[in-house]
Amino acid sequence: MTIYGVALLAICYITGQLFGEGLGKMLGIDANVGGVGFAMLMLILVSDWMAQKGFMKPETESGISFWSQMYIPIIVAMAATQNVAAAVSGGLLAVLAGIIPTVVAFALIPLLSRFFKPKNTEGGYEHGNNH
Amino acid sequence: MNMETIINFLNKNGLVVAFLVTGAVIYLANMLSLHVFKKKVPGAALAIVFGLLMAYIGGITTGGKNGIADIKIFSGFSLMGGAMLRDFAIISTAFGASFLVMRQSGLVGLISLFMGVILTFFVGAGVAFAFGYTDAKSMTTIGAGACTYIVGPVTGAAIGASSELIVLSIAAGVVKATIVAIGTPLVAKSIGLNNPHTAMVFGGMVGTNAGVMAGLAATDPKLVPYGALTATFYTGLGCLLCPSLLYMVIQWFFPIQ
Repeated sequence: MTIYGVALLAICYITGQLFGEGLGKMLGIDANVGGVGFAMLMLILVSDWMAQKGFMKPETESGISFWSQMYIPIIVAMAATQNVAAAVSGGLLAVLAGIIPTVVAFALIPLLSRFFKPKNTEGGYEHGNNH
Repeated sequence: MNMETIINFLNKNGLVVAFLVTGAVIYLANMLSLHVFKKKVPGAALAIVFGLLMAYIGGITTGGKNGIADIKIFSGFSLMGGAMLRDFAIISTAFGASFLVMRQSGLVGLISLFMGVILTFFVGAGVAFAFGYTDAKSMTTIGAGACTYIVGPVTGAAIGASSELIVLSIAAGVVKATIVAIGTPLVAKSIGLNNPHTAMVFGGMVGTNAGVMAGLAATDPKLVPYGALTATFYTGLGCLLCPSLLYMVIQWFFPIQ
């Protein structure tokens, strides 16, 4: 049933986000630390395990894949609710403080990526065919 | 049925209105991508730019800070584009992602997170310095804002910065998110952003959730879970480091009189 997939996603969301909240509290900061990341790892591990046990039916999968297909529309909606007007009105300082560090970070990405290239590049780069 | 009845009805069903409007925006963006830009600019990238434009219009017409969602009839956008559905959808993209890659690139992901926060903070603080904000509090708040628009206000509040500074730091963070969303697909090729490994480095170095997610979605949706995995730690790490360790370092160079 589709709802099983949605519910699986929900339990990963709740567990991961709560863990992230707890980690934030533990570190004494007012922010969720890695909640989405923990939830993602949990979803990968649990869905792999379910697939191995034969619990992962196509309808269950569709309850998850629907949301991953809604991802871009949701991001478009998110973009439409950003405080863009504030960014524009922040003046040159805000614009440059936003842009210059970002450009520097972008420039370093290829260096870091190449320097730490995983040894096993072959098997590692495939997507989504582990089900 | 008069106009008022229709408006009231649409106001009450905001989420459904948001679905319809977003669908129309994406359709328009895909048509433009196909026929005007000959697929050189991805439809998703155009749709995100349209979204940002709508946010700007919403912001200047209402004076609010939630973009288009501050216009009553579009209020459903705050639910559809809010943190809950956004995180729910982003988590779902991990389904089918490779755990192996995530583990292999875990270390560089961690390194890029620390480098991303620290580098961005100091370059941002340097920009503040160049604009005459030479005291530790201002430089720290603006440097934190350069990380993300959440790190900025959290840091500013923690070290007791003025509200004017906090607004500036939020603005810097929103500029960053916007630039990353628009710029990522444009520079993806030149920074080698076409594989999960680099996507994890990208998420750690850039870190602004909204920007990373939108930028990767516009570049290659397959890379989204990898970038999101590291980016999700960035704001937390920034909130941890900026008001404490990094503030201390800044104070060391620019002692408070």
